Amino acid sequence: MNRYKLAMVLFILSEGTFFGLLILAYVYFRATTGSEPIAAHVLDPLKTGIFSVCLFASSGTMELGIKSLRKKNFAGLRFWLVATILLGATFLVGQGMEYLHLYRSDITISRNIFGTSFFTLTGFHGLHVFLGLVVLLIMLGLGMSKDFLAKHETAVEVASYYWHFVDVVWVVIFTVVYLWVFL
Amino acid sequence: MSDIPVTSLPHAIPHPRERMMSWVASVDHKQIGILYMTTAFFFFLCGGVEALLMRAQLAFPEEHFLSPGAYDQIFTMHGTTMVFLFGMPVLIGLANYLVPLMIGARDVAFPRLNAFSYWLLFFGGLMLYFSFFAGGAPNVGWFSYAPLSEKPFSTSPGIDYWALSLLVLGIGSVAAGINLIVTILTLRVKGMTIRRLPLFVWMTLVTSILIVMALPALNVDLVMLLIDRKLGGNFFAMAATGGSAILWQHFFWAFGHPEVYILALPAFGIISEVIPVFSRKAIFGYGYIAASTVAIGILSFAVWAHHMFAVGLGRPWDVAFAAGSMLIAIPTGVKIFNWIATMWGGSIRFTTSMLYAIGFLIFFTIGGLSGVTLAVFPIDWQVHDTYYIVAHLHYVLFGGTAFAVFAGLYYWFPKFTGRMLSERLGKWNFWLTVIGFNTTFMVQHALGILGMPRRAWTYPNLPYWGILNLISSIGAFILGIAILVLIVNIWVSLKHGERASDNPWGAWSLEWATSSPPPPENFEKVPPVRSRRPLWDLVHPDDPDWLHGNA
Repeated sequence: MNRYKLAMVLFILSEGTFFGLLILAYVYFRATTGSEPIAAHVLDPLKTGIFSVCLFASSGTMELGIKSLRKKNFAGLRFWLVATILLGATFLVGQGMEYLHLYRSDITISRNIFGTSFFTLTGFHGLHVFLGLVVLLIMLGLGMSKDFLAKHETAVEVASYYWHFVDVVWVVIFTVVYLWVFL
Repeated sequence: MSDIPVTSLPHAIPHPRERMMSWVASVDHKQIGILYMTTAFFFFLCGGVEALLMRAQLAFPEEHFLSPGAYDQIFTMHGTTMVFLFGMPVLIGLANYLVPLMIGARDVAFPRLNAFSYWLLFFGGLMLYFSFFAGGAPNVGWFSYAPLSEKPFSTSPGIDYWALSLLVLGIGSVAAGINLIVTILTLRVKGMTIRRLPLFVWMTLVTSILIVMALPALNVDLVMLLIDRKLGGNFFAMAATGGSAILWQHFFWAFGHPEVYILALPAFGIISEVIPVFSRKAIFGYGYIAASTVAIGILSFAVWAHHMFAVGLGRPWDVAFAAGSMLIAIPTGVKIFNWIATMWGGSIRFTTSMLYAIGFLIFFTIGGLSGVTLAVFPIDWQVHDTYYIVAHLHYVLFGGTAFAVFAGLYYWFPKFTGRMLSERLGKWNFWLTVIGFNTTFMVQHALGILGMPRRAWTYPNLPYWGILNLISSIGAFILGIAILVLIVNIWVSLKHGERASDNPWGAWSLEWATSSPPPPENFEKVPPVRSRRPLWDLVHPDDPDWLHGNA
């Protein structure tokens, strides 16, 4: 068993519990306070959906990068890493625009329980995407050296685990927060 | 003799020359383990002084030794300190020191992450205690129930310090948990299969899984509380804004109950090492002890609401959680029987370590029994928030965890330092602890049934309350003297203690195969592991365990 992969899997389990409970809190407040109409009224699933596609696609580009790495195609890896970072950054820009729009419509973290639980949940996810981007940038920087990639294939793979995790969490959050209002 | 597997050798890390620096910059699991344990012991003394201040205030009715505000801060800090700054770190420190030795590894899987975990503990602890100088320590109890902990009701910055430092400590604990799991699963020496692991390592494995899965529940609660307090959020605010104070309790105890087992399972591990060695018998029912631990670990996630019977969750929930809580008594009882069966017919040596282990068996069982009474929710309603709870939790955490830690200290001190602790002072230490502990807490059962609320600053002179409290306070100071004897014992033995051989107790696990204290690389050669007692096999080549099907 590779110790680095195992450690990342355990870290993801821990983080998964963290997000699971944040999502549970969101659902709990949605059920007890009837904040559903607010969500339906102020959120734009289509626009956020388009930005979400960027994040979902970035998991694919990450995987293509890992495939290149396994074939020792380091230039390919670097290309796909850049693509992944750009897609992830686009998602964050989208989230920033959404937050700005919500603040302009006076939906804030302190206004009501919808605002509090929405910004906490999506904000923590955004923070994790940001940290993932930092990790990928480090991989890209180190990946400029062939020696690093030849010796530390695992490092990039472990980073990709984390990136997929951030992506999967968003699948759940997007479904619960944005799509559920239509069900 | 088999060589250490290459995978257990991390990259060589140069050691700085200076002595102080060699500790501060250390990534060696033994040094970090010692740092963990000494830091924990320091905070144990802080928490102990806080306990004595409380008992001094409560010695007589209508006493004004402490102000109500100071009393609130002190009981909050006592609970928080003993759980997060003594209980967890002392057990993580012990695991840090022992697990690599017990599995024949050179170090933990991630030595630098290990140092990071320790320094998070160190600075997290400092941050918590800094609150005394920054406008007041936290003052709403160690579980900081909302909405009392919310901004409108508690403007003290102490609660912000409490939440922030617990986040810091929580991150450190998760990192330590991951590190220990990976170490146990990937760095075992050849022959050390999962079914041959020393039980202490088994308990550490299950505890670490609990840490990794339970601490996030606390972290979620803490960030939500901070968002409420600092950004004006509405999570736990009054119902008018849509918040829910009950959610705090659910999340807190979803962490808090596994936490009880995070503090108890390593203690079980210590007992499972100490009792066989001083009974001169192999452990009875190894498989049952390991399997019942896994059962406890799983059940511990399903019983949190037994801390919330007074909330009024509804009868079906109360019944379900009462049943679940009683179920836990079964795997725990299995262990108690296994330890007693190990002693049965053994040639018992009453060293201080063994005395503490036997004390653990008795007092932990008493705490467990009062726990079962609390699972019966009508009884819980009656004694909720009284001294009966205080008595129960101290029988489990002091009579259980702390007694086990002392058993472990007397047992492994020779390995840590190369010197034996004095048995003469040890006997004084043990008997004073037994007398002090029981005098303090046994009477609190009665106080609770008489209705004395916990966390109350003072009390009226009702029948028996004065005398029972006085007895309890006298007991606390006897306990204080017992701890002083322990400090003297450690101090004197470190300088003048009898030199310890590699294996002074005639034990059988791998940590005793190396010198006392072990060299930086732990082992030159690890003895072959063909059974659960590799050192027995080494000493008795004519009658090894693996010949008897115990492999």
